[in-house]
Amino acid sequence: MPIPIGPVLGILSDNLRQRGSVLPISRRDSTNWARGLNLPRGGSTIIYTGLMYQLIPSIDALAGLMARFENSSITRFFGLGRFANRFIDLSFFMTLTASRSMKAENDQALRQIAGLLKQAGVEFGYLYEQELYSGALVYDSGMEKSFGRHARRVYENFRRNGVRRVITVDPHTTSMLRDVYPKFILDFDLEVKNYIEVLAEKEPAVLQSWNRELVIHDSCVYARYERMIEQPRHLLAHAGVTVKEPELAGRSTHCCGGPIESLFPTKAHEIAANRIGQLRKNGEEIVTMCPICLVNLRKAAGESCRVRDISDPLAQAYLPQASLH
Amino acid sequence: MTKVSSQLAARLKRSEEFNAEACYHCGTCTALCPLGYNIVPRKLFREVMLGLEDKVKENIPAIYSCLLCRMCEEYCPSEVHIAVNMRYLRTYINEEEYRLL
Repeated sequence: MPIPIGPVLGILSDNLRQRGSVLPISRRDSTNWARGLNLPRGGSTIIYTGLMYQLIPSIDALAGLMARFENSSITRFFGLGRFANRFIDLSFFMTLTASRSMKAENDQALRQIAGLLKQAGVEFGYLYEQELYSGALVYDSGMEKSFGRHARRVYENFRRNGVRRVITVDPHTTSMLRDVYPKFILDFDLEVKNYIEVLAEKEPAVLQSWNRELVIHDSCVYARYERMIEQPRHLLAHAGVTVKEPELAGRSTHCCGGPIESLFPTKAHEIAANRIGQLRKNGEEIVTMCPICLVNLRKAAGESCRVRDISDPLAQAYLPQASLH
Repeated sequence: MTKVSSQLAARLKRSEEFNAEACYHCGTCTALCPLGYNIVPRKLFREVMLGLEDKVKENIPAIYSCLLCRMCEEYCPSEVHIAVNMRYLRTYINEEEYRLL
């Protein structure tokens, strides 16, 4: 049997309502990246991770399980699993196998992003354990009422903390706050910018040119929802990178398959493999801008090529060497 | 026998953004879809406009496997809000079929 859609979405929705996030994440795991950075708590301008980079290892672990369950008889018991998950956090056990190395790499990406913003002269705080998930997965799954309740909670959390400007770090959270929240929250009054947009405006100085060739993979959400196409290219080129464009790039970029990995793992892997094939025609080192693209393309690439988050090359060029380790 | 619901399109139309009626079935979306399904999204929209509720429900896997990547929407000559329409279809199924509120 295929993965039963209703119970899986039900578990995500129940988790959001009962536990504040679609998948469980400890306070330590959600804020570990900021340790030692001395970011002020709160403030009128904050970096908002939306927990996306931090949740990816759990989402990946869950997707791995789903791939094993797909077309097996276990799927018959998913309805029962949803019922039990209301009382015992089953999703916690399902994500115990989350990769430690992936957690460390994603924390490193967030540290690099915060470092780049600081280096560009941006002053910002962070909500630490008070930060909430944006609700992107629940919204995309069409659970409007559940999402609407959560969005109100997130927004009130910002207001309670005196936040006026939000710097986002991934495409999905950016689109949620900029395009979706104002439709659900009529008094929405936050300025939302993505860190790549902020950096492109600030034009930080290049400290050491990073002369490499990178094949660019645009995120569908950045390119087609947010029209953010030139800024990452500008920052990379300024850093010394030769940006190689695949045939499907910019507004014609091809999806990584990630959005359907939990419900249709086989199909998602086919799409990711297809995309890696397209990208590899242009080079062996690929740069992504979204944590979902990063994990999916990396899995599809295996050892055949290297897939990096854009914060890597930007950090190499714009941050002092001493801060890179 | 096919059951026709005169209310289906109206119930899906939660906002002015829902514009499945603008689709004139040119097939651009089908040609561009990374999934390679021939059902998504133009045939679905035709079934919605005709009120073929059972047919729409037969396509639940296709509705949830849409990547919402907007590749199709980018080149749609009729400016159909395909991703928004697909998401509204999910909302409808979540409420009607799965009772997710």
